[in-house]
Amino acid sequence: MAKTKVLERKPLTFAEKTFLPQIASGLATTFVNMFKKSITMEYPEVRPVIPDKYRGIPTLVKDPKGRVKCVSCQLCEFVCPPKAIRIKPSEIDPDTNEDRSHIEKEPKDFDINMLRCIYCGLCEEVCPEEAIFLQDNFSLSGYTRESMVYGKEKLLELGGTLPDKHFKWDKKKEAEENNPINH
Amino acid sequence: MIEVNITDTITINVDGNLAQVPKGVNVIEAMRSVGKEKAIPHYCYHPKLSIVGNCRMCLVEVGSPLKDRESGHPILEDNGDPKIGWIPKPVIGCSTIVSEGMHIRTNSATVVESRNGVTEFLLINHPLDCPICDQAGECRLQEFSAEHGRGFSRFKEDKNVKPKRTRLGPRVTLDDERCILCSRCIRFSQEIAKDDVLGFIDRGTYSTLTCYPGKELDNNYSLNTVDICPVGALTSTDFRFKMRVWFLKRTKSICTESSVGSNTEIWSREGKIYRITPRRNDAVNDTWMTDSGRNLFKAFESKDRLNSYTVDSVKKKLDDALVATASLLNSNSIGVIGSPFSSFEEQFLLKKLVDHLKADYEMIQHHGEGDGLLLSEDRSPNLRGALINGLIDAIPGNELGALRNKINQGEIETLIVFNEDIETLGIKLDTLKETTQIIYFGSVDNTTAKYSKVIFPSLSVFEKEGTFVNQNFRLQKFDQAIPAPNGLVADRTILECLLLRLKGSDSPNPGMDIQTLWSEISEHIPLLSIVNWSNITEEGVPLESSDWSKLNFIESDNLKYKSKISLEVV
Repeated sequence: MAKTKVLERKPLTFAEKTFLPQIASGLATTFVNMFKKSITMEYPEVRPVIPDKYRGIPTLVKDPKGRVKCVSCQLCEFVCPPKAIRIKPSEIDPDTNEDRSHIEKEPKDFDINMLRCIYCGLCEEVCPEEAIFLQDNFSLSGYTRESMVYGKEKLLELGGTLPDKHFKWDKKKEAEENNPINH
Repeated sequence: MIEVNITDTITINVDGNLAQVPKGVNVIEAMRSVGKEKAIPHYCYHPKLSIVGNCRMCLVEVGSPLKDRESGHPILEDNGDPKIGWIPKPVIGCSTIVSEGMHIRTNSATVVESRNGVTEFLLINHPLDCPICDQAGECRLQEFSAEHGRGFSRFKEDKNVKPKRTRLGPRVTLDDERCILCSRCIRFSQEIAKDDVLGFIDRGTYSTLTCYPGKELDNNYSLNTVDICPVGALTSTDFRFKMRVWFLKRTKSICTESSVGSNTEIWSREGKIYRITPRRNDAVNDTWMTDSGRNLFKAFESKDRLNSYTVDSVKKKLDDALVATASLLNSNSIGVIGSPFSSFEEQFLLKKLVDHLKADYEMIQHHGEGDGLLLSEDRSPNLRGALINGLIDAIPGNELGALRNKINQGEIETLIVFNEDIETLGIKLDTLKETTQIIYFGSVDNTTAKYSKVIFPSLSVFEKEGTFVNQNFRLQKFDQAIPAPNGLVADRTILECLLLRLKGSDSPNPGMDIQTLWSEISEHIPLLSIVNWSNITEEGVPLESSDWSKLNFIESDNLKYKSKISLEVV
């Protein structure tokens, strides 16, 4: 057992008994800080600068030509630890989407339950099409639980477009068209 | 279960270890018999198809002990071990038959390099579109690329472009870029389905799988080509882009389409079935099943499915329905129309009920056209079950017998109907309503349900567990794949509750579990005295059928069935 050491409390001096020096030094700190730069901010009117690679809410992005990049491979749904993502895959209608029909697959529904999301970023990491990105938005609100489940339209709106240098599927289509034995 | 006969085995040496393997099998099957099927990767070899050896993935090194040509004595190394004459280049395992004393290397440097080389060549023109490929997760090319691929490509040229969405038939779509030309589908069509419609055209990397002009892959076994395709080239048009396979739960089940009782696997997610595929059972269906059997689950997703207990067309709780039924069963003359679609357990309890009520029991057989393969003439899964349970002692026709006349003459006061639609059984419905009260166990809303006093909605085979007895008197178990809708309980439980009520106990019975029921079954039926629920294996239990050898079953010869007539000819 550890030995306890009893500290003796010294009696207060006269100056201490008047409390005046303490008040003076406390006010000094106050006045010094009045002229220093503020370290708090008036959120939400004033917003902090979000650093790069910050992990906010996950969103779907479009390519520079405004096309949906997600092909609904459902890897994010699989990897998502809190099971926040739900995807319903569908086939791209070749009649209405001539430039995308060779991609064959797109999400019909893409729901992310923002109440469940833990902003871990695994969905962004796993995405083979670079279609899902965590944005700098971190504060969400809603009046119902249902309104916090973001659908495909809302996620695409929040995600916007992202510069893309690969155009993997365009290259694929080009190869198809330039193929000498095009069947 | 393969019982290896000692006299039929030989000893081979695999990677330095001795192994006892069956005689006359190839290297891949020999490895499977010692539980090392993963040791030799392969695409084109399929245990139920002929061997072509065109994928070259199963390359292994093979050698035999050298013998002195003059004396016949084995040549020894310096340390006394027999000297092995290795074949100077790797050979394919699928068409190499094992022989006594054979030495096999499955993971030497040469073998690994061969596999890596084969994989690299296969990937040259592969589109690598795993994110949109339905095979992802169950793709041999994906698996072996992870094991034997290099992670980057040395191929700088343009990849070959082939058609991506060719319709081969009403149920099969072909993605030609993914095809690795293993020819399993072609061999299946020729050898098993006997519908020779597929073939390769063009040469080299331009080789393309296609149907013969003017024909399409529309036979009732076309979806088996999708199952055996080792890559995502052949895809099921119905399952295409519906769900990734890694989300699906697999449940072992039995196909209810005909008395063949094909072993199946139900793939479901969160109570919804996405597809049904065959499960290998060499005594029943090998590795195949019919296309029509794969669609059976859709009938239970229809809108006219019964989903609540009703008495006089009013929704009731189960207990109220049971009370109403018990009072109906107090009448003097009771008729029961049973069903060969009921599980063995349901039939067992029904037999007890019929005996207790001294009711008239009849059932009908459902006839259809057989195809000589996996679709028999008897379109019900469990007619043999009714024979074993003693519900019937002869094969019923496809029409009712004496019971129909009794019903039509108004002699039956209470009629219990299982699954059948009495409208199609020649029963006069207009007079029926005044004379007879009907208790209906069925899953779909039909005329019988309209005329019924009490309705107990039945569960589909996917929503309950039980057993069926197939055409060869093989007792086969199926498991519950998805939960029952609306808190419905299985017919088995309802019959148990009814029996308890009729015997005077009105305590609500939560339902026996199937193990307890089976211990009762094995007590009552001598044929099943050694069978219980837990020892019914995945392969099923073959039962002694000599008691019924005099009956003339309507099935003609099919894949695993020999009819009485053809046996007598031999």
